Amino acid sequence: MARTLSMKDAINEALDQEMTRDPNVIVMGEDIVGGTGSPGEADAWGGVLGVTKGLYAKHGDRLMDTPLSESAYIGAAIGAAACGMRPVAELMFIDFMGVCLDEIFNQAAKFKYMFGGKAETPVVIRAMVGAGFRAAAQHSQMLTPVFTHIPGLKVVCPSNAYDAKGLLIQSIRDNDPVIFCEHKNLYASETDVPDESYTIPFGEANVVREGGHCTIVTYGAMVHKSMEAAKELAKDGVECEIIDLRTLSPIDMDTVLESVENTGRLVCVDEANPRCSIAADVSASVSQEAFDALKAPIQMVTAPHTPVPFSPALEDLYIPSAERIASAVRKTVSH
Amino acid sequence: MSDNPFPLSRDDLLTAYRTMRTIREFEERLHTDFARGDIPGFVHLYAGEEASAVGIMAHLNDNDRIASTHRGHGHCIAKGVDVKAMMGEIYGKSTGSCRGKGGSMHIADIDKGMMGANGILGAGAPLACGAGLAAKYRGDGGVGISFVGDGASNQGMFLESLNLAAVWNLPVIFVVENNGYAESTSVDWAVACDSYVDRAAGFGLPGVTVDGTDFFAVYEAAGEIISRAREGGGPSMLECKMHRLFGHFEGDAQTYRAEGEVENLRANRDCLTQFADRVTEAGVITRAELNAIDGEVAKLIEQAVTEAIAAPLPTQTDLTTDVYVSY
Repeated sequence: MARTLSMKDAINEALDQEMTRDPNVIVMGEDIVGGTGSPGEADAWGGVLGVTKGLYAKHGDRLMDTPLSESAYIGAAIGAAACGMRPVAELMFIDFMGVCLDEIFNQAAKFKYMFGGKAETPVVIRAMVGAGFRAAAQHSQMLTPVFTHIPGLKVVCPSNAYDAKGLLIQSIRDNDPVIFCEHKNLYASETDVPDESYTIPFGEANVVREGGHCTIVTYGAMVHKSMEAAKELAKDGVECEIIDLRTLSPIDMDTVLESVENTGRLVCVDEANPRCSIAADVSASVSQEAFDALKAPIQMVTAPHTPVPFSPALEDLYIPSAERIASAVRKTVSH
Repeated sequence: MSDNPFPLSRDDLLTAYRTMRTIREFEERLHTDFARGDIPGFVHLYAGEEASAVGIMAHLNDNDRIASTHRGHGHCIAKGVDVKAMMGEIYGKSTGSCRGKGGSMHIADIDKGMMGANGILGAGAPLACGAGLAAKYRGDGGVGISFVGDGASNQGMFLESLNLAAVWNLPVIFVVENNGYAESTSVDWAVACDSYVDRAAGFGLPGVTVDGTDFFAVYEAAGEIISRAREGGGPSMLECKMHRLFGHFEGDAQTYRAEGEVENLRANRDCLTQFADRVTEAGVITRAELNAIDGEVAKLIEQAVTEAIAAPLPTQTDLTTDVYVSY
């Protein structure tokens, strides 16, 4: 039965259902229970934004608070995964990857290949991504391209509650390390979510809007900005096809190419900084694979190549807006 | 034969000697073959440090996991990784432990509890915590062992792991193989505290320092702290003071060492010689028995090299397997 659920609650439910299904699933991170060793209540926080709230009451010590020590506990999650567990480690903010990246990219990502296929590392690293929280330069980044660059990692970034639940369950069951990016601005956004367990396969993009004039390829919170832009453009008779990639590694280029063959126009929208971004990557692939189908130059709408600014006035300018997306579409359509 | 004064049976003593001799022969052979240009890449030899790997691993089974270092051949052999597969790997052949995709610095055998040699210094410590966590969660009595050198003992990953293991009370042993040099840099200069026991204490861990060239000292100390970890007594640190007989890597001219240093170590501080002297002088094992093992080991290593040279190279198809996506 489906009911309306926020993305935050959908993630909580996915963790709950997988912990119930598989005793090898354990969850660890800073304050994911909250209050361990402190005089107040147990499960004081349930994660810094409350995503794991209530799981401790049901699953007890299978949820573990950690010291503020990302290198050690992300590495421990990876080590435990190599020993047959299915840990879900919360990195809190993706920006903290700088203090534990070795364990992710030199260890987890490489074990399977480097050991000749004889190791599996089924670890999920959950982390908040994205701007819009006035959280400034070190708590707001969209660092997805850092991880898609690294072979051996899978990278997921859902745009809604339904996808978040299905993709997280798939991530936990997957045998490769998965970087699961949760846009903090989407935690409160609601969709219908079935109460039973379900998975969404990796590498299958979702066409969230059909249209014949221009393809918009995007993911995460930018799906909503793109939908907003499409609504405006439709008033002028411009119909956009919007593709939500959902997983960035693996990436579903087939769906993108099929759409571009049809529309002949492409706008790539990415909240990340532009250089070597997902937008740049999709643009390159399309120019290589579908050059003849293109009727106009590909447009990219991304953040500027700057750190994320603090001031709300500046941050609002930093984040790609529906207006900028609409303007890029108009540019390509009028070419 | 006299009464056996050692804490190991005669058979176990013979096995320990055979394993140490296998490591030595393996490394001496690589030294020669590397100099001849037969071995690609970077090779870091464990010769001189055998008593540490073998004295510790004598207490472990396949259910116990180790996270090794760039100087990992000795740990692999002591943990039971197939010597021929290792040689194949170092030669970059498809018959290697990792099908030629890992090389000397990444030999692993998960089934044997060997979680990999590691090219990143200190990176194994969190992994060993994970192994300890998995063992604790399952209640299977297993332990995780993290090996680092004196150099990597300064890495944040290692220091953070000491704290995490203590906070979570994990069955993890942190072994510092102190051979006096972080690459070319002296431990006396690069490690700010005088004693690893003090450093362990700073993290709330018991620590013990032993003469890492003395197999029996290592064996005894490791036995105690591993048993304690298995019984839920938590993590410990073990410092083995030892010497490497070759350079940091093969090709290292070792100009940072004192005149005659290595010759002196070979003459007076060789863990294999010390072991052989102890067991023969006690009358438990004869020189003839040890010589016979030496001969068998030499034959094994010769075979391993011959087979590695004859083995097929990996091919184009192998380039894109064992990873989820080809782009």
